[in-house]
Amino acid sequence: MTAADTIFALASGGGRGAIAVLRVSGAESRGIIARLAGGLPTARMASLRWLRDPTTGDALDQALVLWFPGPKSYTGEDSAELHLHGGPAVIAAVGGALAALGARPAEAGEFTRRAFLNGRLDLTAAEGIADLIAAETEAQRRQALRQADGALAKLYGAWSERLTRLLAHQEAAIEFAEDDLPTDLGDRARDGAATLRAEIVAHLADGGRGERLREGVLVAILGAPNAGKSSLLNALAGRDAAIVSARAGTTRDVVEVRLALAGVPVTLADTAGLREAADEIEQEGIRRAHRRAEEADLVLAVFAADTAPDAETLAWVTPGAVVLANKVDLAPAPGKIGGVAPLPVSARTGAGLEALRTRLEAEARRLAGAADAAVLTRPRHRAALTEASAWLAEAETALLPELASEALRAALRALGRLTGRVGVEDVLDVIFRDFCIGK
Amino acid sequence: MDFIFDVVVVGGGHAGCEAAAAAARCGARTLLLTHKVETIGEMSCNPAIGGVGKGHLVREVDALDGIMARAADAAAIHVKMLNRSKGPAVRGPRAQADRRLYRAAVRGLLEAQDGLTILAAAAEGIETAPDRGVVAVVTGDGRRIACGALVVTTGTFLRGEIHIGETRIPAGRVGDAPAVGLALAFERLGLPLARLKTGTPPRLDGRTIAWGELEAQPGDDPPEPLSWMTERITNRQVVCGITTTTPETHAVIRANLHHSAVYGGRIQGVGPRYCPSIEDKVVRFADRERHQVFLEPEGLDDDTVYPNGISTSLPEDVQAAMIASMPGLQRARIVRPGYAIEYDHVDPRALSPSLEVRAVPRLFLAGQINGTTGYEEAAAQGLMAGLNAAQRASGGAPDRVLTRGEAYIGVLADDLTLHGVSEPYRMLTARAEHRLVLRADNAGLRLTGKGIAWGCVGPARSARHRAFAAALADALARARSDGTTPAALAAAGIAVNQDGKRRSVLEVLALPGIDAPAVDGVFPWLRDLAPALRAQLEAEALYAPYLRRQEAEMRLLEREERMPIPDHLDFGAVPGLSSEMRQRLTAARPATLGSAGRLPGITPAAIAALAVALRRDGVRST
Repeated sequence: MTAADTIFALASGGGRGAIAVLRVSGAESRGIIARLAGGLPTARMASLRWLRDPTTGDALDQALVLWFPGPKSYTGEDSAELHLHGGPAVIAAVGGALAALGARPAEAGEFTRRAFLNGRLDLTAAEGIADLIAAETEAQRRQALRQADGALAKLYGAWSERLTRLLAHQEAAIEFAEDDLPTDLGDRARDGAATLRAEIVAHLADGGRGERLREGVLVAILGAPNAGKSSLLNALAGRDAAIVSARAGTTRDVVEVRLALAGVPVTLADTAGLREAADEIEQEGIRRAHRRAEEADLVLAVFAADTAPDAETLAWVTPGAVVLANKVDLAPAPGKIGGVAPLPVSARTGAGLEALRTRLEAEARRLAGAADAAVLTRPRHRAALTEASAWLAEAETALLPELASEALRAALRALGRLTGRVGVEDVLDVIFRDFCIGK
Repeated sequence: MDFIFDVVVVGGGHAGCEAAAAAARCGARTLLLTHKVETIGEMSCNPAIGGVGKGHLVREVDALDGIMARAADAAAIHVKMLNRSKGPAVRGPRAQADRRLYRAAVRGLLEAQDGLTILAAAAEGIETAPDRGVVAVVTGDGRRIACGALVVTTGTFLRGEIHIGETRIPAGRVGDAPAVGLALAFERLGLPLARLKTGTPPRLDGRTIAWGELEAQPGDDPPEPLSWMTERITNRQVVCGITTTTPETHAVIRANLHHSAVYGGRIQGVGPRYCPSIEDKVVRFADRERHQVFLEPEGLDDDTVYPNGISTSLPEDVQAAMIASMPGLQRARIVRPGYAIEYDHVDPRALSPSLEVRAVPRLFLAGQINGTTGYEEAAAQGLMAGLNAAQRASGGAPDRVLTRGEAYIGVLADDLTLHGVSEPYRMLTARAEHRLVLRADNAGLRLTGKGIAWGCVGPARSARHRAFAAALADALARARSDGTTPAALAAAGIAVNQDGKRRSVLEVLALPGIDAPAVDGVFPWLRDLAPALRAQLEAEALYAPYLRRQEAEMRLLEREERMPIPDHLDFGAVPGLSSEMRQRLTAARPATLGSAGRLPGITPAAIAALAVALRRDGVRST
């Protein structure tokens, strides 16, 4: 994280159709806003401007643009607010344009940190900020988990390991000049940097086809086999998306339905019933159910009113979860399940579905802001990778070993924003593993 | 409170000497307590000072008017600038010293220091009072010495135990008794102790080495002094030799591994990875047929030779067989066997960045006792502990702390007190985020001004520093304003884009592969600059484009660095911190917002939440 960077983040946001506010802060804000909005608006005045893609000139959105020169701004730096016509696609497009102009998606809490350091932190705002930061972080974490989906996380992790090794070899040549080390360590680091950069550039040029970006709020439906999860999904979706049968264990994988609740895009994921499964395929289904529940913004824990609550599903009854007692046409709903009063419903008769829908709409509105913030994950990846590849290019042409080393360190810092920070101890570990040090 | 001494320093090694000298320079009435006056300034291991990273530390100690660099110059018999082919930021000055001359120089500097008394006595106990911390130190012969602050620098002496093969000898160094009383005192004070180990090679009789058969390694000519106050090195310079281990050496070692104290399982302490024993090298890098061994004379009138690279805890007879298997050493006689030493150290996370024990005010720890290795790391800590102890004793707050952006000393103190150690800690330039700024060549420019403000820099260095800083400012201004056209440069044989753009002197100096005499031809005033000034101009030119990019980042770091986290802050009560973040912060107790951000696993969100809490806290307390 570089302080000199110009950063942007979603400052507020509703669901689709609402207004979303992107906030930009940092030394480069002036130039970036001027290019994006076709000129700098009058300070502290709302101006209606067309935002355009800096490379293609395509119109992205007609937005209200507010320009706040530092130090009289939220962060104390030059900053701006873009009031967009909400919706993840617009936010993502404008975010992409900002990144292309040299800004970078902010880390959670980074605006607050800058405001604090510049003595601009508003005290009444400060009271609520910590909670907001926590929610933002949690949304980003969940989004990362969704996106990681194995392949990308592995790819970035492997790059980070290779880069650590390149840096370690370059550092060894600097620190242990008197030891009997190979004489071509610098050349090898240079070659390695070139190869790695080529791979990153190819990945970036790929148009991000590998990055599956999910929009909106993810809701996972969990429950014991035959608690009626699939029937509920179908009742909510209004069509037969999941195969429903009376046989326990019918839903072996995860079935997903997309729908709009209160204008917010919501993905409902029906999962395999949680139970000790003998069947290998069903076991895999249950493993995925757990994974989906971890990724989800909201868990719907479904119990059958005519059966005792099962321990597997009870484990998912946490303060944020929505608890349902299904099949109230067969038996009355219990007063409390896992300490929470359940919503009584019957997927078969339709009883209680309206109340459930209302509750889900309220939750969707609440979660939508965080989910929109998470949409910026993709420009975040691109920004980090672009920066890493620029530093690698510099490492290839650096005239002195310590300058190559500085560039490799910076590249690793950029990549570390995706994979977690790589500390000097990790670098030293590689040095002492790969070389016999100690004259 | 009435006492004869403001500051008492226990230990006469590199940390203790620097601590005592620094406290006395600040005007504290200082007492140095040591087992034996004769071993003050002893180099227990290799006879060299400096290197890459370590040389940077020595220059910083020197910039604050410490004694190590001056003593090393007075004793230097083989001097080399390491990494000379690389850029100035990673060049490390190193001097091999005559062991006896070094002791004499250190002793001479201490004796010449006003306000410093030296006493031969063992410190056995520490007296504390609940509201005050340290009150007095108690010696082995029953004397109670009241003091305003205490600096303990007992090196490897805390319950030290030497291992040579299967033999164990309780000792702090060969021939010197360990410190057991102080270890017990630390236990009573509740300080967290752990065990580390290090080792040293056998010493050889130089008269029995066949130097003629060996590759010779001369030092630099002329040798560059370590201290800025040394005009030139006057000792006769010696030549080192290089030999190697052989497959036969490795066979001897492998056959006797079970006799080694480490491989026999008799040592539990963790040793330094960058200074492994020859047993370790042979086991871990089994495919290598030879390892380099540097033969370093220990003195001008001393035939002892230090074979660098073969520290060992094998039995004496095996050491002899090992030595005899190396080229040039077939007839070499071992003067003293190598050994491994295990010792107690205090987990340095118990210290604040001023090196004061958090739980025991007025008690400062410095050197190997904090889990470091090396004379230079010890000296740097000793200096800072001495400065802070003097502050404490005079009633001030111990706030003489350097940041990571200012000095390797700051990197050292921060790493130790924030992360603790998992092996003996050695300075490396890779540990510094701002390596291009923290150079050995500009240590004085970075730190002497601060030292003057702190009152630890004498008048001679102050005057020199002021004159040099002023001359450099002039030269830099001139190098920025003076310049010429690409055509004029081409005419002088300097290849440059003919874009018609004027280049400043600094820009010309930054051109790759630039030829110094050619530049002097274009700008004759450069010829008249003192070499030290010119070196600064060149380093500035070389790194300026990089430093500009780092500047903003450094400024922010410095600001977070200056944002203190009060000792009483309850991380459990900070809103918005996850329980994991709370645990990590509570365990590490970072002293500033900056150091909190460097803790492993701490998220940017946690830092923001902490910043919010600090802002509210700050308002409440005003």
